Amino acid sequence: MTKSHIKVTINGKAVEALVEPRTLLIHFLREQQNLTGAHIGCDTGHCGACTVDMDEMSVKSCMTFAVQANGAAITTIEGVANADGTLSALQEGFRMMHGLQCGYCTPGMILRAHRLLQENADPTEDEIRHGIAGNLCRCTGYVNIVKAIQYAAAKINGTPYQEAAE
Amino acid sequence: MIPGTFDYHRPTTVESAVALLLQLGEDARPLAGGHSLIPLMKTRLSAPEHLVDLAAIEGLRRLEHVGDHVVIGAMTTQHAVINSTLLTDLVPILRETALVIADPQIRYKGTIGGNCANGDPGNDMPALMQCLGASYQLTGTGGHREVSARDFYLGAYETALAPGEILTEIRIPVPPAGHGYGYEKLKRKVGDYATAAAAVVITMAAGTCTSASIGLTNVSETPLWAAEAGRILVGSTLDAATVNAAVAAAEAITNPASDMRGPAEYRTKMAGIMLRRALERARVRATV
Ligand code: FES
Ligand code: FES
Repeated sequence: MTKSHIKVTINGKAVEALVEPRTLLIHFLREQQNLTGAHIGCDTGHCGACTVDMDEMSVKSCMTFAVQANGAAITTIEGVANADGTLSALQEGFRMMHGLQCGYCTPGMILRAHRLLQENADPTEDEIRHGIAGNLCRCTGYVNIVKAIQYAAAKINGTPYQEAAE
Repeated sequence: MIPGTFDYHRPTTVESAVALLLQLGEDARPLAGGHSLIPLMKTRLSAPEHLVDLAAIEGLRRLEHVGDHVVIGAMTTQHAVINSTLLTDLVPILRETALVIADPQIRYKGTIGGNCANGDPGNDMPALMQCLGASYQLTGTGGHREVSARDFYLGAYETALAPGEILTEIRIPVPPAGHGYGYEKLKRKVGDYATAAAAVVITMAAGTCTSASIGLTNVSETPLWAAEAGRILVGSTLDAATVNAAVAAAEAITNPASDMRGPAEYRTKMAGIMLRRALERARVRATV
């Protein structure tokens, strides 16, 4: 089978590579690009741990071939921090609100929340919960993840953080 | 899980895509969003030797109001359906249905054409298309033909698509202004296929039902258009006795499998319950 030549932009950097068509985007990122932030949780499209941002979509990179990403701009957790190296609002939110325990789901959660906040700058708790419905967390029970996203939204919008009603 | 090897093709026109599919024959599969096909390939339940990716064909993303129809290109994603003000204004049940398909990530990639053409009885759009009286434009090397969604599904994963043909456009007659609608889906969790689901579109005039169309999801090998149930409702005030009769008629045409979503009897009853709920919502939403 012939390999395919792909050009992608990953975290702002242009990358060219030869991939087998059957190479999944998650394997391309983790094994060829050494970007191990996106995780493989289930390998079946259910858990969202492999979520990355691709051309303004949140996608499950375990269900996408790298060749499908040809020409796309991809953001992974490695590209989320501010340019000066400080934590982004979402990263800070997850830290401040204890939005993670084991951290396995966190890269996917943050990338999904990133796109959610791009599309809806001030989501309600309900919108956040529906927005992260494709991301499973086995540790937190989601309460602090919701708070972390609210914290980030407030920080980005310059409004005071309001805790979710429980 | 790693899929078997295959060659990847990315045509930029419908003509080249169908020519490729015809030439490569049974060893080739078209690729839309991939969220049905790629899981099958990863478990090697499907091992096509060629994938013909339709993503680069601009012409398949059309979204237009043409006369008394809306035309939706097959590669329009569920996410685009949800965010289309055109569709939400004219055929709001599309958005309501798309929102209960899979999860946000999958809706960015999953396409309306893939959902309709795959022939999986678990897909939600097919029964809705039957309810709306939609038709599919199928394109092969010889040109286009039009097949009603009500005639398209022949069995599980068996459709009217001929070898080398792809579904390119969906045409939906715009329901009358003020129509009532509802899509109700029972599922075990986010991302699941329906245990049973029902799509309802009705019109009312002075408290009387003047038209009714009902589609049922995942309670047979194919989506079901419950024509008799719809007929029973027309001319009534949607009183309890009439609704009961319509629900019984709808349940009578179901033939679900007993599986991890429940025994067949249960799923038939749930189809009836979903129909009741969708109908009630449609009644409340219908103006006049
Ligand atoms: S690893 Fe991709 S969804 Fe779980
Ligand atoms: S923090 Fe452990 S899975 Fe979410």
